[in-house]
Amino acid sequence: MKSHRSIILKIHELLETKKISCVELIKKYLDEIKKNKFNAYITVTENEALNSAALVDKKISSGQEIKLLEGIPVSLKDVISTKGIRTTCGSRMLENYVPIYNATCWEILKNNGAILLGKNNQDEFAMGASNETSFFGPVKNPYDITKVPGGSTGGGAASVVGGLAAFSIGTDTGGSLRQPASFCGIVGLKPSYGSVSRYGIIPMASSFDQAGPLTLTVKDASIVYDAISKFDEKDSSSNSQARNLTYDSLDKDISGIRIGIPKEFMNGMNSEIISSIKNVIKTYENLGAKIDYFSLPEVKYAMSIYYVLMCAEASSNLGRFDGIRYGFRPKNYNNVEDLIIRSRSEGFGDEVKRRILLGTYILSSSYTNNFYKKAQELREFLTCAFASVFEEFDIILLPTTPTTAFGFDYAEDDPIKMYLADVCTVTANEIKIPAISIPCGFDKQNLPIGVQLFAPRFREDILLNAAYKYESENFCVKIVDGVNNLY
Amino acid sequence: MNYELICGLETHIELATDTKIFCSCRPKFGAEPNTTCCPVCVGMPGTLPVLNEKVIKYAIMMGLAFGCEINLNSIMERKNYVYPDLPKAYQISQNSAPICIGGEVVLPNNRKIRIHHIHIEEDAGKIINKNGSIFVDYNRGGTPLIEIVSEPDIRSPEEAKEYIEKLQQTAKYLKISDGRMQEGSLRCDVNVSVRKIGDENFGTRVEIKNMNSITFIVNAIDYEFKRQVEILAEGKKIAQETRRYEEKLNQTQGMREKENVTNYRYFAEPDIRKVNLNKEFVEGIQRELPELPDLRIKRYKTLGISSKSAELIARYVRISDFLDETLKKCKNPNIAANFIIGTIFSHLNTEADKEEFKIPLNSNEFCYLIDLISKNEIDQNNAKQILIKSLEKKGSLKQLCDEFTKIKIDFDISSICEEAMSLNKQAILDYKNGTEKAFQAILGTVMKLTHGKANAEEAKKIVQEKIKNDKIFI
Repeated sequence: MKSHRSIILKIHELLETKKISCVELIKKYLDEIKKNKFNAYITVTENEALNSAALVDKKISSGQEIKLLEGIPVSLKDVISTKGIRTTCGSRMLENYVPIYNATCWEILKNNGAILLGKNNQDEFAMGASNETSFFGPVKNPYDITKVPGGSTGGGAASVVGGLAAFSIGTDTGGSLRQPASFCGIVGLKPSYGSVSRYGIIPMASSFDQAGPLTLTVKDASIVYDAISKFDEKDSSSNSQARNLTYDSLDKDISGIRIGIPKEFMNGMNSEIISSIKNVIKTYENLGAKIDYFSLPEVKYAMSIYYVLMCAEASSNLGRFDGIRYGFRPKNYNNVEDLIIRSRSEGFGDEVKRRILLGTYILSSSYTNNFYKKAQELREFLTCAFASVFEEFDIILLPTTPTTAFGFDYAEDDPIKMYLADVCTVTANEIKIPAISIPCGFDKQNLPIGVQLFAPRFREDILLNAAYKYESENFCVKIVDGVNNLY
Repeated sequence: MNYELICGLETHIELATDTKIFCSCRPKFGAEPNTTCCPVCVGMPGTLPVLNEKVIKYAIMMGLAFGCEINLNSIMERKNYVYPDLPKAYQISQNSAPICIGGEVVLPNNRKIRIHHIHIEEDAGKIINKNGSIFVDYNRGGTPLIEIVSEPDIRSPEEAKEYIEKLQQTAKYLKISDGRMQEGSLRCDVNVSVRKIGDENFGTRVEIKNMNSITFIVNAIDYEFKRQVEILAEGKKIAQETRRYEEKLNQTQGMREKENVTNYRYFAEPDIRKVNLNKEFVEGIQRELPELPDLRIKRYKTLGISSKSAELIARYVRISDFLDETLKKCKNPNIAANFIIGTIFSHLNTEADKEEFKIPLNSNEFCYLIDLISKNEIDQNNAKQILIKSLEKKGSLKQLCDEFTKIKIDFDISSICEEAMSLNKQAILDYKNGTEKAFQAILGTVMKLTHGKANAEEAKKIVQEKIKNDKIFI
């Protein structure tokens, strides 16, 4: 793997040279998944996976060429609609919901021959930062099973570092890809809003949500990103311009690149994380980057903006779950209204209810000017402020999380404590820019630390180039368990 | 005490686009339940709306027809409420920045009803109560609508009727809607209040929801006006509420108490980009706008068509289009108009028939007939019979005309008249003795002998001449 620094390339090579058959490969993953050490999967698609693998083997043995992603085992967050395969959103509400169509990003991967191992566990409707709100139980961090994997894409992150999938697709609304990537010591890429189609991804907050890859390496992230970043006419927010593809520019020289460090995120953080980030800065200096600190006091509003707008949009998005057409429906009810009330009362968990209540309150006519409109204005302001920052810098560098992976029940009595896990990540969603978390070291408990990079909107090429150059200097991904270890 | 009616209408018009507002389903009235819908219009989790450009165009056409200002930066918004026929639990609509603002509808009495705004939105599905169970049919869900919101300028039930007819007629001329009220393509929410004549302030407003018949709207306004006046006369207060019109009882009945501010939790739809238009786009639509009914009536009048006929014809866009097609080739507008109203109208029995205007002849054939009349080759009476035959699908109009003129050439009308006179000697005597009626018997025989092809006027003249000049019959 070191020679490739990509598990996708490595598996591709093994399959092409017939060192392993695709069926054998998939079986290994399935065997590991069945041990269920981390509770990373909600649904395992064993039969479909083995059938698809047999087709890949047939193709290889008949001498046909296979695509780069063909035969590569992938897992999907359970908000991504998969035709004929249940898609639960980690909720009792959708425990038995089977979509009748595919999300565009899965359709693309499927057309590229990727093999679906199953649907990952996650926080309920992607609401959470610890994967504890799932109706299907918490996910454990493969580094230390007494710690959470982060959230909401906890199952996906655990699958990748725990060797239960070569890569995974998750979603990121306020940090839901990058924070678990950081807690699990892997790469998490949140593309620009509009880069990857949202069609078929069951939304939390429509103006923030974006799907992206969780991978072991930057090169893997680049391969997957280049595949799934496509204009989709079914998604009006999809970018219709030509994409800046990333793979060919990964190894470009970055000397002279201007990297800005926001002072606001270097104070008050965990000191081990700060010293790790300072090492990253040194590495970049050695690579010839120009480093400078800057201050943007307005980022202190980022959390408030996020929780106001996200709750507002989520409360509306989740209105459709009424027990009438699909999803959870109680056995007994008196009339239509009672059916709707009971379906929602019994189908949703506490965190989901909390955000629906908050969002409904925020949008109600007496408060919408004080909360929703104000937050919208601040979001626009922040977008403009960052636009000027990006005139001075090519990349912004900051920690991914204020802490490393914490234990279960960390924020049992204080939801705000959990919300603060997003403090370094939400800004990228608010201003719709691409962001990546890459592993950069370990704390004293030997838990991974992540560094985060931002780039201007639709400049995933610059972002992954910078990330790849760092990774080449300090590759600190450990494969702690499972099949990925074999390479 | 004298009270006056204050009425404003919210009129929903279904747009006749090929596909729905946010997906590619094709709506079809009367289709089997839940067969013209897809994951998008039933709001399956994860689906996204894509705004149909035609809907924007049609809304702008309606706006331009009534002199509205077109908003170049309108936005779609979510109107959140819970109801089983609304599968997303929000209706995508417009609130703070609708597509058309202002404008006015001019009634036949020249009174102007101001338009507050016109906005775009999606229709909901339908609840069906059957055998004690509740079913939902989502076929109608996602059908594009425009809602035309008037100012409270309407002062009588008749004005309400004229206002709605004007909207309906205009929508049909623009070909943006079929405007069939009985199929729900045009529905109204009616706001009614009353005030003492001379008062500046409006009274408390009552809303009557979801009406789809002009007759019922007129009756409901009438009833509601009297009800409110009665309450006020007793010194009581009107409750602000939503009422339903009960057709069988011809009354309105309270539905549910309405809060002072309805809480729909509107916010900008994050799944649809802002509707940013440029002036050129709007100007292009303006240029392509068809001639509207008022102008058409004016033009007909200058052609010498009576104003009553002009209005009657212009009421039905397809009939009016047919006349215009005919007039491209035909030099006799008056005869054409009279035949349309006299013969074609009576063939099309119902309003719906007139709307549909399905007749088995085209404007070329019709023009051919009118020309024959102008050239005196067919008299009006025979022309009418031929036209009726053709409308009853007993042959093509052109063929029937040709047959008629051919037979006419084949016989000598003079000798036919003589033959008829010799067969009616008694009648001639009676006629000469002053029994006018007896003359009809002779003409009847002429018609019989010519299978109705003789020109009655011509025959009459010939017979009269012969009776006067020739004594042989005495």
